[in-house]
Amino acid sequence: MSETTSTTGAGGGADFDLTQFYQVFFEEAGENLANMETLLLHVDVTSPDDEDLNAIFRCAHSIKGGAATFGFQDVADLTHVMETLLDRLRRHELALHAGMVDVLLESGDTLRGLLGRHQGVTDVVIDASELVARIRAHADGSAAPAAPAAVKVVVPAAPDVVAAPAAAPVPAAAAVPAAAPAAGGARLLTITVGPLDQPALADNLADLFNEIPGLGTIERLDDGTPDAGGLRRFKVSTTSGDDDLLDLFSFHVAREKVVIAPLQACAPVAAEPAATAPGTVAARPAEPAAAKPAAAPSADDGYGFFVDVEAQKEQVRQQKAAAAQAEAEAEPVVEPPAAPAPTGAPAPAARPARGDKQAAVDSATLRVSVEKVDQLINLVGELVITQAMLAQTGRNLDPIAHQQLMGSLVDLERNTRALQESVMAIRMIPMAVVFNRFPRMLRDLAGKLGKQVELHTIGEATELDKGMVEKITDPLTHLVRNALDHGIELPAERVAKGKPASGSITLAAEHKGGSIAIEVRDDGRGLSREKIYRKAQERGLPVHDQMTDHEVFQLIFEPGFSTADQVTDVSGRGVGMDVVRRNILALGGTVDLDSAEGYGMRVTVRLPLTLAIMDGMSVAVGEETYILPLASVVESIKLDEQYIKSVAGSNRVIEVREEFLPVVALDEVFSVPRFEDQAGGGIMIVIEAEGSRVALLVDELVGQQQVVVKNLEANYRKVPGVSGATILGDGRVALILNVGQLVRRARH
Amino acid sequence: MAAILAVDDSTSLRQMVAFTLKSSGFEVIEAVDGQDALDKLRDRSVDLVLTDQNMPRMDGITLVKQLRAQAQYQSTPILILTTESSDEMKQAGRAAGATGWLVKPFDPRRLVEVIRKVLP
Amino acid sequence: MQTAQLAMNQMAVPSAVKPREYLTFRLGAEEYGIDILKVQEIRGYEQPTRIANAPSFIKGVVNLRGVIVPIVDLRLRFGLGSAEYNSFTVVIILNVGGRVIGVVVDSVSDVLELPPDAVRDAPEMSAVVESSYILGLGTVGDRMLILMDIEQLIMSPEMAIIG
Repeated sequence: MSETTSTTGAGGGADFDLTQFYQVFFEEAGENLANMETLLLHVDVTSPDDEDLNAIFRCAHSIKGGAATFGFQDVADLTHVMETLLDRLRRHELALHAGMVDVLLESGDTLRGLLGRHQGVTDVVIDASELVARIRAHADGSAAPAAPAAVKVVVPAAPDVVAAPAAAPVPAAAAVPAAAPAAGGARLLTITVGPLDQPALADNLADLFNEIPGLGTIERLDDGTPDAGGLRRFKVSTTSGDDDLLDLFSFHVAREKVVIAPLQACAPVAAEPAATAPGTVAARPAEPAAAKPAAAPSADDGYGFFVDVEAQKEQVRQQKAAAAQAEAEAEPVVEPPAAPAPTGAPAPAARPARGDKQAAVDSATLRVSVEKVDQLINLVGELVITQAMLAQTGRNLDPIAHQQLMGSLVDLERNTRALQESVMAIRMIPMAVVFNRFPRMLRDLAGKLGKQVELHTIGEATELDKGMVEKITDPLTHLVRNALDHGIELPAERVAKGKPASGSITLAAEHKGGSIAIEVRDDGRGLSREKIYRKAQERGLPVHDQMTDHEVFQLIFEPGFSTADQVTDVSGRGVGMDVVRRNILALGGTVDLDSAEGYGMRVTVRLPLTLAIMDGMSVAVGEETYILPLASVVESIKLDEQYIKSVAGSNRVIEVREEFLPVVALDEVFSVPRFEDQAGGGIMIVIEAEGSRVALLVDELVGQQQVVVKNLEANYRKVPGVSGATILGDGRVALILNVGQLVRRARH
Repeated sequence: MAAILAVDDSTSLRQMVAFTLKSSGFEVIEAVDGQDALDKLRDRSVDLVLTDQNMPRMDGITLVKQLRAQAQYQSTPILILTTESSDEMKQAGRAAGATGWLVKPFDPRRLVEVIRKVLP
Repeated sequence: MQTAQLAMNQMAVPSAVKPREYLTFRLGAEEYGIDILKVQEIRGYEQPTRIANAPSFIKGVVNLRGVIVPIVDLRLRFGLGSAEYNSFTVVIILNVGGRVIGVVVDSVSDVLELPPDAVRDAPEMSAVVESSYILGLGTVGDRMLILMDIEQLIMSPEMAIIG
């Protein structure tokens, strides 16, 4: 984590260092943004659900609170206008339309960027002022045709007083259409601020006018120092309403410290202490005198009391005394709320059932860094190996003589296995994490391409190791993009074919044996055998008439292959499928295609559940031991060589249940000398990968065990045919075979 | 040592408030929303409640009303945290029976100051 | 005259060699020295797991307390006669370029500190080890050590260790 750039002057004196809370805030804000995006994408624009609007409001509100507290002003400013818009929406003061959803989605992106800079993740400085203005326009209702014609003529004798500092010309007001009260011309106002603890703070108001284009101009009427009453004075020319101004000002000074009044004829300095005393709240209709009593007790900014604090304190003291006395008399003073006292159990029980569970959900999770979890997994992996070695050593002992030891070893194995399962479960996260990015992506992409699409997801709760999730995201993203870009047709084309105008893309995940199967299905135009065949021919790839459709489809995995008629910048040219396949294979997975022209396409990706631990079958070839992923083993057959037939010279096949499978002799692949007595015999292990099967010829089937997968490439390089290594019970290293590569090798 | 219940759905803010108050010698209990606050108060009592306004499940104003309906908390100081001191919010707070309000963002020292003012 | 001699001696010290400790070992007829900081540990030889189709000097990989480490026989790499593997065979486990790699040598001698004036440039000559991997020649008593840049050597493409 890079250090946060020093963009904040977050609150608190020297005693309180708030930077320790930044990280939590950033994570929280991230979650809020994600949540907000999901809600925005799912909200029904025609009749939005109130709870949805409230929830979206809370997301923005929450981010604003934290941002303001920690001093991230740009974030606070943006979320503030968002909040204004959302507040009006949830109160039904405004009607929701797609343009608002778009601008809010855009704000979410911008917020990510702004937060990213504060976190030190990016350097890019984003100017959100234009976005802020647009949101204001929506919030003012002026993005819709409304614009009330009522012109409140307020401009006094001296019309063209454009203050020197903020040179925002009045015509720019057109860009930020007037708020309800005043339309058209700018108003001239006197703003009186104070009394403030720090009168200089009032100057911050000028920032607002600098940052928000079209807001207007501001000019000091005093020379920067407060008058006798501790008040600061400014002259403002603006087309914004008082409400909006106060909204903005409340960021720097409390609302009731600000008085807005029309500018009196004599423009120049000082004057007006009498005219607009703090008591008069002229232009602000909704600010009742109720503001006064609240102002009284607080000589300072930002807080106030509704009641007589002293009286309340006295009441509490008395109550406590009474309670103490009552207890001495053994009489229950406090009655459980909302529950009929006599029936004790049932009613309160009803609350706990709900409440406890909810509270349990909230407070029963921990944030843990990924490094800690990885470290834990490594250590457990080591433990598993050590336990295996102990077990091995134990096998050589006389069980009678070492009864207790043997018993303990059995216990150890059970405990280790349980520990391992628990630890692996920690890293498992649901596929929803991967699937969640697609609604937004497809919405944007569909918009760009002029297509319509519905996304369905199945099996979101299916879990996958976190490391896998990170690596599968890019390939899946590419497949989904492809489905929309090349698969789904334009609405008109679909309708002409008798299909619904909106295409459908389905993402499905489920556990199958020791793997997870992820499917990307679409109901688009499907693959064209013709086109692919022709393209392959053009590329000089080996093709022949007898190839099955399935085999032809596999050709699109060849590098540089793309039958897209035009290169859309979306999926790129031919960088696609071969990279997808390579990435998936690197994870020890497989990818397969199926398609029916005119109806659609299905891509199936299979992945091991985790990279770290694997169920393996160990086989021996000569002196060497190799491990095969158990999930890819179909069956094993002891046989005689006479059943192996030669095809076209050096290729050998074997017939297994009326299917001819290519034979791959591991001793040849790895140049391992077989033992003399093995010649003519051996074991055939039928393995399956990428929809094809081959038969591996080995000397012996040694056994089955769970192995900890070690990375060969940490200190060495990639080895063809090998996907990793593991440490056997006797301490030796065994190589884990890459079945995908072996299968592919045989097919050529 | 006085006990304060801090209610806010924002973890970072809650942590900051808790830290600030604990550093000043208060015991702090945290709750993530109004409902959670009520649940936490079933097993123990506090001397002051500090609550945010906008929270899921149960907002601040509702929490204040619920608390005031309990004899035990009829006079306990309850402060509402808010991001702007709008009159509307203040009226609602007053009507619900809150003791007072405090605007976010606040100087942590201010928070402690105000709390000391209201705690007996 | 004397000044010129002095000057020449001073010039002879290659700037690449700073006073360091070197682990010395024998390979064939020569004695070599490598930077001790790159040495993680020294072990006996155990039969590694073969890696198919690797160069002959890459013997395979072994398990070093849970880490998979490739083993390179330097004697085979430099064509130094027959390489024997017995109970005296030594493997130096190195930590270079972020990788852990073991190299088989004939025997390990000791650790020496060489002051700068004990080190000279190696003259251009056809040596067993290519001159690009030689940092200089060190003399201690009547021993001559060929100071090897072991990191350069291991990371070089010919070693085929880095994928």
